[in-house]
Amino acid sequence: MSPSRIATAYFTLVRKEVIRMTRIWSQTFLPSVITMSLYYAIFGTFIGSQIAPTDGFSYIQFIVPGLVMMAVITNAYSNVVSAFFGAKFQRNLEELMVSPTPAWVIVAGFASGGVLRGLIVGVLVLLTSLFFTHLVIYNLFIIMAAALLTCILFSLAGLLNGLFAKTFDAVSIVPTFVLTPLTYLGGVFYSVNRLPPFWRELSFFNPILYIVNLFRYGFLGISDVPVIESFALLSALTVALLVLLLVLFKRGVGLKS
Amino acid sequence: MPAVSIKNLRKTYESGAQALKGVDLTVEEGEFFALLGPNGAGKTTLIAILSGLALKSEGAVRVFDASIDEDPNLAKTYIGLVPQEFNFNIFEKVIDIVTTQAGYYGIPHTVALKDAEPILKVLDLWEKRDQKAMALSGGMKRRLMIARALIHHPRLLLLDEPTAGVDVELRRSMWDFLRERNAAGTTIILTTHYLEEAEQLCKRVAIINHGQIVVNEPTSDLIKRHGDQRLEDIFISLIQKDAQTNV
Ligand SMILES: Nc1ncnc2c1ncn2[C@@H]1O[C@H](COP(=O)(O)OP(=O)(O)O)[C@@H](O)[C@H]1O
Ligand SMILES: [Mg+2]
Repeated sequence: MSPSRIATAYFTLVRKEVIRMTRIWSQTFLPSVITMSLYYAIFGTFIGSQIAPTDGFSYIQFIVPGLVMMAVITNAYSNVVSAFFGAKFQRNLEELMVSPTPAWVIVAGFASGGVLRGLIVGVLVLLTSLFFTHLVIYNLFIIMAAALLTCILFSLAGLLNGLFAKTFDAVSIVPTFVLTPLTYLGGVFYSVNRLPPFWRELSFFNPILYIVNLFRYGFLGISDVPVIESFALLSALTVALLVLLLVLFKRGVGLKS
Repeated sequence: MPAVSIKNLRKTYESGAQALKGVDLTVEEGEFFALLGPNGAGKTTLIAILSGLALKSEGAVRVFDASIDEDPNLAKTYIGLVPQEFNFNIFEKVIDIVTTQAGYYGIPHTVALKDAEPILKVLDLWEKRDQKAMALSGGMKRRLMIARALIHHPRLLLLDEPTAGVDVELRRSMWDFLRERNAAGTTIILTTHYLEEAEQLCKRVAIINHGQIVVNEPTSDLIKRHGDQRLEDIFISLIQKDAQTNV
């Protein structure tokens, strides 16, 4: 396909994804806003007012970046896994598979849907936090780069999940049993420096810890891990996943019998 | 250059089912070709490999100048597929299903909208263009899949049992439509178990059974050789003979 045809195919996919997520906005954009409002109110305001400040920031200021990232991660991931698995299950993915749209464009198209949803929900959840606290920004570039990279990473992860999923159960297993626990344990609510040594060391094996801290660094300028390490990890994981997906798509794994 | 050339095509599914056991088949450009066979013969598998939905185990397949191994995306641009089962999103509007498919072939939305009009009109779907696919009758859904397959003006149209569950009157109008497309230059391969369909439409017919082509010749020769037997009777006797030689 010529570059202009490829662009058309890509925007067709993205357009379809945008229409889908806005049509079901109460399932895509609303839930995280409500959940995070509850977190802000309960942990931030009700309980947080009784917790001593960390590095000069109130508890709610400390947890807002992690909560926003939590929403970004789950939305990017679940958008792609459900869009892709839904298309596979209903078989309308065949419309794409019979077309000359190259594999990498299919990957890019679905991932872009997840990135868009992750970013939109991230902004909504961040705006909601303004009802509970004021915004501090230490480095806007880091905030945006971290959000974008995280969206890409978890959109790709969602696509991998969708590729291998055979039932609707398989679509919710990873978010429920992997993503949510890792996020809760990833330093959203506490600084891992306050943990006993064993738990602290263990936490460093959790990739989401690096993402949450990177994002928090962008807002507050504080982090439990070096910013460079976080960026390096995030980028390496993204590239590895991208390569894996391109290989799998080219071979038709999970797509063709 | 043939529209389709298939050599020693084999397909074994992961389950172990041998769906195709060394199929050789050539379909010339401009032909209206019927692939006949009982359920489970391997028709859908063959169509799926041609159109990129299934992987082959062995063999060589070319669509016009494109090998499906070396240049699968070029091969795909030549093909329009009407699958056996409905596979569009029933929540989408008719016009969106057709123009989205065009987009996947790289046809811009405005062009696709213009191209869709005559196709939907001739298939009697234009009035329904803003309805969701789930609101269509069975026959309309079939025609929607034909419209979707034609939106990028394919040189080769593959129809996998297109008239299954379609009433007689509609079937005849679909035949007329396909004849016109073929006369206008589109090569057509059709699988069917309505034997009358092959007799009516196709100059050449192949019969596939248990993953092997057992007959491949002009429909008229087949009928001549078997006297004035109807194709249906010929079909039954051939399949029986094939079953006996396999024992
Ligand atoms: N996805 C699949 N997995 C395993 N076996 C399959 C699959 N699809 C078809 N088969 C088997 O392959 C054979 C040919 O099937 P198919 O190509 O659908 O035949 P037809 O279209 O002529 O009815 C059958 O035995 C069928 O059970
Ligand atoms: Mg079939």
